[in-house]
Amino acid sequence: MTMDRRNFLTVGGKFFIFTAAAGSALEYVLAAEPHNAPGYRTMDHWWAMMIDIEKCIGCGSCVRADKAENDVPLEPFYFRTWVERYHVDPEKEHPEVDSPDGGYHGFPEKFHEGDGSKNFFVPKMCNQCADSPCTQVCPVGATFVSPDGAVLVDKKYCLGCRYCIQACPYGCRYIDPRTETVDKCNLCYHRITKGLTTACAEVCPTGARRLGDLKDPKDYVHQYLRENKIQVLKAHLATQSKTYYNGLDGSVR
Amino acid sequence: MGTLFRHSRHIVRMVGMFGVGLLAFIVLRAIFIPKGFGELGHYRRGALDEVASRTPVHAGRKACVDCHTDVAEKQKGSLHESVSCENCHGPQGAHAAAADPSASKPKLPDGEKLCAGCHEKSISKPRKFKQVDTKGHSGGAACKSCHAAHAPAPQVPASAPAPGKASPPVAAKAAPPAPAPKSPAKETKS
Repeated sequence: MTMDRRNFLTVGGKFFIFTAAAGSALEYVLAAEPHNAPGYRTMDHWWAMMIDIEKCIGCGSCVRADKAENDVPLEPFYFRTWVERYHVDPEKEHPEVDSPDGGYHGFPEKFHEGDGSKNFFVPKMCNQCADSPCTQVCPVGATFVSPDGAVLVDKKYCLGCRYCIQACPYGCRYIDPRTETVDKCNLCYHRITKGLTTACAEVCPTGARRLGDLKDPKDYVHQYLRENKIQVLKAHLATQSKTYYNGLDGSVR
Repeated sequence: MGTLFRHSRHIVRMVGMFGVGLLAFIVLRAIFIPKGFGELGHYRRGALDEVASRTPVHAGRKACVDCHTDVAEKQKGSLHESVSCENCHGPQGAHAAAADPSASKPKLPDGEKLCAGCHEKSISKPRKFKQVDTKGHSGGAACKSCHAAHAPAPQVPASAPAPGKASPPVAAKAAPPAPAPKSPAKETKS
């Protein structure tokens, strides 16, 4: 085949375009892998949390484990996860909710049997929304949904403007007083990318908390969603929360 | 044609200004937008690595039972089978990762407090969960005198007075006898 100028430009142009496209596609694919976790591919996972209210005993193990795991300040107003105690008295208009130290030291009994009330614990945490209000308001892109479905915070890039704290309908964010940047539950991203479960699910003695991977067809999460009556918090806000509660009472906000 | 020529100097100047503006934009953008931003979404790609790079503080049950097979054996089939090691013994990531794990030996937890932390009777706890009024339940005796922490079904000789009389475990419908303990010679040592 004779290679005239016209031919050369056609073939060369095609080659140039396709190698460039393939190169950038390859770069895109490789880019998504956290380098510290060999063998972990973000596109293979879509993480979710299962919380079974009917199993929660309010021991506070999750709160303590979480603070230890994620270096959360010990003052009782910084929490990545916390446990609330609901006291629903039919005589009263609103349920009474308390969370002494977030449940860090457990719950000293203060209600009595036979008063006609309904009592239960509700563990709370970042709901890892797929369509999260907090990521939408961040002016600099310092908080985002990762390709594997965890809502993360880029601590180096966070301005500390607090928009996301106001935007989160679940009250899951706080400003770390040491860095003046925002912090929240990131689903123990440093653990789940290494094949471990989250710290709270690791220590939960009754199995009330469990990490699930919606992209893994063999994961228990599918059975859990199929066999239970599942609710998410504030479904009407369309945040596409991925924290699935079993046995959630209508009084819980 | 003539009119175009007449104003060509203005056009050249405008295009020049536009070019300078464009160049400034490209240069400033390259300076201020961090590396990797926008490659996966409206965020820095490197942030994923940074978040993922932290070292776990909790080792995870698997790491524990890799060495402590005897305890795993005790737990097997018991009521505490699903209770993770680090729930009671605290985070042991450093212990598990150490070249010589015996150098950083974890402290034994305070038994009484630990048991009560989960099993103290509360109206808010699910009814299925075994709970006791710790003050009335044992008459001051330590939990571990009857219950081994790793396999807690009571190990009371039949002749001894039943300690649960004063306040029996709530909802413990005749606590099942140690569900098939694997090791017959089970010590009441935690």
